[in-house]
Amino acid sequence: MTEIFGIPTAALFGQLLLGLVNGSFYAILSLGLAVIFGMLNIVNFAHGALYMTGAFFAWMLLNYAGINYWYALILAPAAVGLIGVLIEKTMLRWLHQLDHLYGLLLTFGLALLLEGVFREFYGSSGMPYELPAVFRGAFDVGFMMLPKYRAWVVVVSLFLCLFTWYVIEKTKLGAYLRAGTENPNLVKAFGINVPLMVTLTYAFGVGLAGLAGVMAAPIYQVSPLMGSNIIIVVFAVVVIGGMGSILGSIITGIALGLIEGLTKVFYAEISSTVVFIIMAIVLMVRPAGLFGREK
Amino acid sequence: MKRKLLSVAIAAALAFGVPITQAQQGKLSGDVVKIGVLTDMSGVYADYGGPGAVAAARLAVQDFGGKIFGKNIEVVNADHQNKPDIAKNVTQQWFDRDGVDMTVENLNSAVALTVQALGKEKNKITIVTGAATSRLTNEDCAPNTGIHYLMDTVALSNVVGKAIVKDGGDSWFFLTADYAFGHSLEKDTGEVVRANGGKVNGAVRHPLSTGDFSSFLLQAQSSGAKVVGLANAGGDTVNSIKAAAEFGLTKKQNLAALLMLVTDVHALGLNTAQGLYLTEGWYWDLNPETRAWADKFSKVMNGRKPNSNHAAVYSSTLHYLKAVQAAGTDDTAAVMARMRATPINDMFAKGGTLRPDGRMVHDMYLFQVKTPAESKGAWDYFKLKGTVSGAEAFRPLAQSTCAAIKK
Amino acid sequence: MNASRTLYLALLALLLAAPFVGYPIFLMKVLCFALFACAFNLLIGFTGLLSFGHAMFFGFAAYVSGHAAKVWGLTPELAILSGTVCAAGIGLVTGWLAVRRQGIYFAMVTLALAQMIYFVCVQAPFTYAEDGIQSIPRGKLLGLVDLKDDTTMYYVVMVIFIAAFALIYRIIHSPFGQVLKSIRENEPRALSLGYNVDRYKLLAFVLSGTLAGLAGATKAIAFGLATLTDVGWQMSGEVVLMTLLGGMGTLLGPVLGAAIIVTMQNYLANLGSLVSIVMGATFVVCVLLFRRGIVGEIAHRWGKKA
Repeated sequence: MTEIFGIPTAALFGQLLLGLVNGSFYAILSLGLAVIFGMLNIVNFAHGALYMTGAFFAWMLLNYAGINYWYALILAPAAVGLIGVLIEKTMLRWLHQLDHLYGLLLTFGLALLLEGVFREFYGSSGMPYELPAVFRGAFDVGFMMLPKYRAWVVVVSLFLCLFTWYVIEKTKLGAYLRAGTENPNLVKAFGINVPLMVTLTYAFGVGLAGLAGVMAAPIYQVSPLMGSNIIIVVFAVVVIGGMGSILGSIITGIALGLIEGLTKVFYAEISSTVVFIIMAIVLMVRPAGLFGREK
Repeated sequence: MKRKLLSVAIAAALAFGVPITQAQQGKLSGDVVKIGVLTDMSGVYADYGGPGAVAAARLAVQDFGGKIFGKNIEVVNADHQNKPDIAKNVTQQWFDRDGVDMTVENLNSAVALTVQALGKEKNKITIVTGAATSRLTNEDCAPNTGIHYLMDTVALSNVVGKAIVKDGGDSWFFLTADYAFGHSLEKDTGEVVRANGGKVNGAVRHPLSTGDFSSFLLQAQSSGAKVVGLANAGGDTVNSIKAAAEFGLTKKQNLAALLMLVTDVHALGLNTAQGLYLTEGWYWDLNPETRAWADKFSKVMNGRKPNSNHAAVYSSTLHYLKAVQAAGTDDTAAVMARMRATPINDMFAKGGTLRPDGRMVHDMYLFQVKTPAESKGAWDYFKLKGTVSGAEAFRPLAQSTCAAIKK
Repeated sequence: MNASRTLYLALLALLLAAPFVGYPIFLMKVLCFALFACAFNLLIGFTGLLSFGHAMFFGFAAYVSGHAAKVWGLTPELAILSGTVCAAGIGLVTGWLAVRRQGIYFAMVTLALAQMIYFVCVQAPFTYAEDGIQSIPRGKLLGLVDLKDDTTMYYVVMVIFIAAFALIYRIIHSPFGQVLKSIRENEPRALSLGYNVDRYKLLAFVLSGTLAGLAGATKAIAFGLATLTDVGWQMSGEVVLMTLLGGMGTLLGPVLGAAIIVTMQNYLANLGSLVSIVMGATFVVCVLLFRRGIVGEIAHRWGKKA
């Protein structure tokens, strides 16, 4: 067995790969959070719960309606997006003028509510989600077995992140969105329906979370607790990357996933805290975040 | 004037209250025998105990006749969600305010330790079936109130651990659930491995109810040990085994599920679980008696067959009720004395005895999971590989570290 | 002024008589959480800073206090003191880090720091992870008074609560408290008036954290358990809800909010998930329709009439 720094390469690359997979999820979720925060100035605590909802929808589609993973990839995020529309139109709308803390509190309450409802019906230990047959098995890359599905996850996440970044930063629609947050009245004067944009942005952000949930279903157990486990790490990622920056969230998410993977090899005990330690350091050195602009 | 009235009223209340409570002492406290089933109803151990345990307790009350000395027997239950603080809260209220006389089941190990300590403090009987930590009859024993009925980590390691080491698995790496049970199991199995000429390469701890075991299994793979010992239970064991299959761990290493029940095998499916060795204190398909009871159970549980924990809840509850009847009262000391004096002979165990340290000693069985070809249908999962007598499986009384029993 | 004095006296009488009508264990729980909520309110209600990680003070102090009583054999008042001192230390370090950001960022930083403490507690050997520290002895207060009796323990908790509450009262009504309120109302203006705003915020944060630690340390001794639940983010969320429901920025609001939430949890305890659902729904309703909280609404109506 070849070794680097006394650690067998199989272990090192294996953990790095797992870290990359985790990092992809961090990236998608923090991307959604950053989009929502950038446009609405709301910290969407419900993001984790909606990610969990997406996973549950996929599970329900498969187990109640026999609808497989591929359709679920489209249907579940759409459903979560619809829920997002509902939330924005009936609740978040009233909080625009208030202190942003209320948005955080409201979405926190929604997260508790969603988690409680799913726990009531499905217990807390998690349900298995059947992997689609084409993904079963692994590539034997010599130094480890790379499960096919995890490779797929990495590819899709990268694609999603780049796609979102491109839409927001490089297209006209994205320009409207960015203008709409900076100066809604001016943009309204141009005849653009700002409230509609806001609603759609929220729906898109949570739809991304829902999609992440569907992709997570075969890897992690579909459990009501999966959202809360991940959301706080994602918050830390967003603080490190800088709240307004989309590219920042993507890069930071992936980087942190990799760093987590590395710590698991060398010093496993701190792997769950390393994200927060980095956050503390970044706060001391660059309070606005690595890629952020002080808002 | 008002104050006088108030003090008269208080005096009257006391006057009536005191004799009423005294009258009960000959018979049943509160005029009823209340049994509390404390378990995990919806989390990682819900299949292990959960609704099945409640059903088993109710079956015991039913088979006993439903009444004792003409008074009712009540069964209450609560879900502690695997949190010791909720467990303590509920049990405290049960003992202080609701007049519960005995609590049974009490998985997981952290909960069991809390509940047994509480029972010791309040002088109420606590029967632990679903938890396995050997601390219950050693460092943290409560000989006057606590009973450890089913199996413990010593028995698990003595039966399964020894069998696997003898089979050639002489280097081990542990995947341990990071709480009392996991630690106990890792320690006790480690001792057995070393005592039989093997060595322990290392261990990694995971939080209770972990969904994704991939990174832990990678560490297990890189340890180079021949055997990866799963010092966890319930949903965690099921998920570890699934992840091991996904990562191809079983190609080069062997898995040892140190605590696995028939319900876990049901969740895994024979394709994944075949060939695994495990030990249980009871199996539904052992003999006509066990089969008959299993049928009764599955009628109230949607066709699911009972595991050894459910059978233990049934047997211990029945044993308790018989002891109350024989003692003529539900007073703790009298009932405990009866339970110790009477051997247990029912569908669960033959010749089972309750030791002074709280340990119920009974036979343990070594099983191997059948291949899909060998199984005739759902729940037909085990073939019996051997029976280990209680004396061999459990730690001898002389070696117990229970300070309270003066030897 | 007279009205509030009679109110406080009435409440004091209620507290003194309570163990004879209620279940002391339950009452102690209410008091510990009421103190926790009052400490939290010092930060959000009077300084305008939302900390989403207050459980780190509550839970870590509980662990330290429990460890001190069980392993080091300290008497209860020393154990509680050590827990409180640790909480103050954590408050200083985390506050210094968190104060560098404002508003929403501040909240997220406190949440993340609390989560870090949570994971430290999971790993640290002295906390026993999922088992928690169990069977913490109540010991003898000052080496003299045995606290095993629930009623005696209750009175000790009650004294601690009243002392801390009085302290908070003094802080609010002092010049320091006025500066805090001005920071809440308009931070730039306070800054322009020459106040070292960051230092005031840090001090408020440390005070709030210390008192929250006091609540946690007392809880560990009173209930004999310190577990991961005490340091979890759900606990942080609960204290926010208690304060929000009771009334942010009022003195008695958090007490009422704590009483309501603890009672509700007690009744719904067996029905696990229902607690989350009800709490979540309460959050949503409060934020949308009921932002002043119960006591806040009452004060508002009273004010209108007068």
